[in-house]
Amino acid sequence: MTIINESIKDKKGYRLHVIKTDKYKTNTFVWKWKAPLTKDDVTKRALLPQVLQSSTKDYQTTTELRAYLDELYGASFYVDLAKKGEYHIISFTLEVANEKFLKDSSPLMEKGMEFLASVILNPNVENQSFHNETVEKEKRNLKQRIQSVYDDKMRYSNARLVEEMCKGEAFALHANGEKEDVDGITSEQLFQYYNKALKEDELDFYVIGDVDATNVETICQKLFPFEGRTPLTVEKSRDSEKHGEPKEIKENQDVKQGKLNIGYRTNITFGDEDYFPLTVFNGIFGGFSHSKLFINVREKASLAYYAASLVESHKGLLMVMSGIDNKNYDQAVKIIHEQMDAMKNGDFTEDEITQTKAVIRNQLLETIDTARGSVEVLYHNVISKESITIDDWLKQVDKTTKDEIVNAAKKIELDTIYFLTGNEEDAQ
Amino acid sequence: MKKIDFDQLQESLYYEKMDNGLDVYILPKNGFNKTFCTFTTNYGSVDNHFVPLDGDDFEKVPDGIAHFLEHKLFEKEDGDVFQQFSKQGASSNAFTSFTRTAYLFSSTSDVEKNLVTLIDFVQDPYFTEKTVEKEKGIIGQEITMYDDNPDWRLYFGLIQNMYHNHPVKIDIAGTIESIAPITKDLLYLCYNTFYHPSNMLLFVVGPVDAENTMNMIRDNQNKKDFKEPKEIQRKFEDEPSTVAEKKQVLKMNVQSSKCLVGIKALDVNQKGKEMLKNELTINVFLDMLFGKSAKNYFDLYNEGLIDETFYYDYTQETGFGFAMIGGDTEKPDQLAERIEDILLKAKEGEFLSEEALERSKKKKAGAFLRAINSPEYIANQFTRYAFNEMDLFDVVPTLESITFEDVKREAQRFIDKERLTVCQVVPK
Repeated sequence: MTIINESIKDKKGYRLHVIKTDKYKTNTFVWKWKAPLTKDDVTKRALLPQVLQSSTKDYQTTTELRAYLDELYGASFYVDLAKKGEYHIISFTLEVANEKFLKDSSPLMEKGMEFLASVILNPNVENQSFHNETVEKEKRNLKQRIQSVYDDKMRYSNARLVEEMCKGEAFALHANGEKEDVDGITSEQLFQYYNKALKEDELDFYVIGDVDATNVETICQKLFPFEGRTPLTVEKSRDSEKHGEPKEIKENQDVKQGKLNIGYRTNITFGDEDYFPLTVFNGIFGGFSHSKLFINVREKASLAYYAASLVESHKGLLMVMSGIDNKNYDQAVKIIHEQMDAMKNGDFTEDEITQTKAVIRNQLLETIDTARGSVEVLYHNVISKESITIDDWLKQVDKTTKDEIVNAAKKIELDTIYFLTGNEEDAQ
Repeated sequence: MKKIDFDQLQESLYYEKMDNGLDVYILPKNGFNKTFCTFTTNYGSVDNHFVPLDGDDFEKVPDGIAHFLEHKLFEKEDGDVFQQFSKQGASSNAFTSFTRTAYLFSSTSDVEKNLVTLIDFVQDPYFTEKTVEKEKGIIGQEITMYDDNPDWRLYFGLIQNMYHNHPVKIDIAGTIESIAPITKDLLYLCYNTFYHPSNMLLFVVGPVDAENTMNMIRDNQNKKDFKEPKEIQRKFEDEPSTVAEKKQVLKMNVQSSKCLVGIKALDVNQKGKEMLKNELTINVFLDMLFGKSAKNYFDLYNEGLIDETFYYDYTQETGFGFAMIGGDTEKPDQLAERIEDILLKAKEGEFLSEEALERSKKKKAGAFLRAINSPEYIANQFTRYAFNEMDLFDVVPTLESITFEDVKREAQRFIDKERLTVCQVVPK
């Protein structure tokens, strides 16, 4: 059985992915723009989609643009930014009702796609420059967004861990850009950058819903003319990842709960042979509520409300996060180290493996029950230049052995321990 | 078993009341991998003063006990139910709101087994002094985590401004001090009163066979004995219609300020169709004033008073209700002034038009279609609606019935200077 039916076609300048399904009451369209993450471009690239989504030549104010979306039965439209490995990804997502569930059945799909084309290809531009007031407004908004990370201590400590851990690597940059670089961007420069992105980015367009693939293709042909290109790629270089002694960083702030974040290098990325064993490793170690971290940090020692780990698939990082009382730092770190040692020593049972595989399978199948989740899962292939189907993915997880998990565990190296603490004396 | 068809949506809902009073709903969703089930009791953080099932007099219980009970129900003599679910490939969770406590799982295999696990674990409490004590550490960390979260503090600060007496102003998890006196006997007291099947609702949504599933649930329930239910008496002190505080400013370790304006609702004893129409009318009204296609939104954004975090929301339950409008801002006082000004002008009919109403109704209808792609949304919202004697599937027809006169009348009634309040978070 094929779980997801993805048809991929190379069009001029982009790839068209159509996933036909009658699960949803809506149709979803996602444009993915991918480019290497660089210090020079990251902030412009974070600003760009915000400017594009706020007005176009056809809808010259945000009010007009949003009123049009309301007219399309409240089509939801948003942009976002992500870091995947050392790539910076812009997404434009539009979800529009399938008219067959409405009394009034005007062709919403085509109108939705036309709207996306208007946003992406027909921006509010005059004299080779974006509309200046819009750019200034969005610069202010972007600074605010960058700054807001500071106020959410969970996000903040996670971002700080990555900053400390990946100093000097592109991955240390933030997906939303760098605050000090925002003011310097002019409307002309941003427009130049837009043209460059349009010409050089690796573009993928996903269409999910009860749609006719040929019809989608015909509409795309009409709406999305791009130039051909060979997208830039980042060479996987592991030299920069070789480190000496693990770092320990403590930072003092006025917080009631300490945030403990620990980063490891897994030396394994999506597409590597031991990637699937790594995901099973993570499931046993800290991915779920039956995992070692949850059981030992929360349930047994009562130290935390949350204690979990996750894998950054394309950069090959494993990150542990937990919220603990400031005074329990040593005890929590010790317990986490013990769990990692246990994993490396193969101190886990066949039952734990079976249980974890079942939960991973469940999680993956659930993710692809949403249109957005399907795109995220399938897009891993684009980033890593692989063509792993969901069926393969499930099979690979299923056949993972204990030896393979231990092998993956042995490649994992502790890199940085970061602690955000409310105690002056803890932060030396 | 009753079958209710929704032709336009191409959905069918199955319903049966069990002999013990439990309401069971099943919504088959073919094409989905995931089955999502919630088992919910009509009992939340506000229900802290009631006549116990075995008693005659009103009794007041510690703040945070409904949430504490939710945590403890997962623990059994032979271990933790999380484990049981993950062995069966499912993920499970629970949440406590002001008025409900819901237990849930989702899984893509072994659905029947998981469903039995869900029903059985909720209907088989096991509390000991030792495990109750241990949980205080974990919940203590959960409370501390929220203490550091400025958005949560802002949200609760606003509710505390609104209410003089009603327990909705008490944090759902209580405080570290308030949970200290909780004992296993108190947990049993609450459990026995509120977890009677006649006070609960089970919702199953996913690729299931309604007939078989209902049979299974019926067999399960017929095997168990429950005490005769009696109507639950809950006590709430009288609540003035005016707000308790006009303004509160919280100084926190943040970089961005935040501001919310609240409106305390007037009609808090509605139920059923009346409540549904009232709730939707106020939502549409707020959307006309503050939605992204409203001129006010554009102006506030241009003036640099709001950013993308700006939102509005309206919540109504029996006994309390409130609207909130606001977000991150550099100028919290100016924003509060502007929002109040807009509301007071809207009371006189400004900013309202037939055209804006039609657009807003369309937008909400589309949003409803998008929402029912989500099994989580259907199960959670259907339950909330049912506890208030409303029907989730009446949303679109009720929306369509809202007239311009309805909105103007509601604006007149809903907005009142005496029921407005402001809460702000500002940097220390």
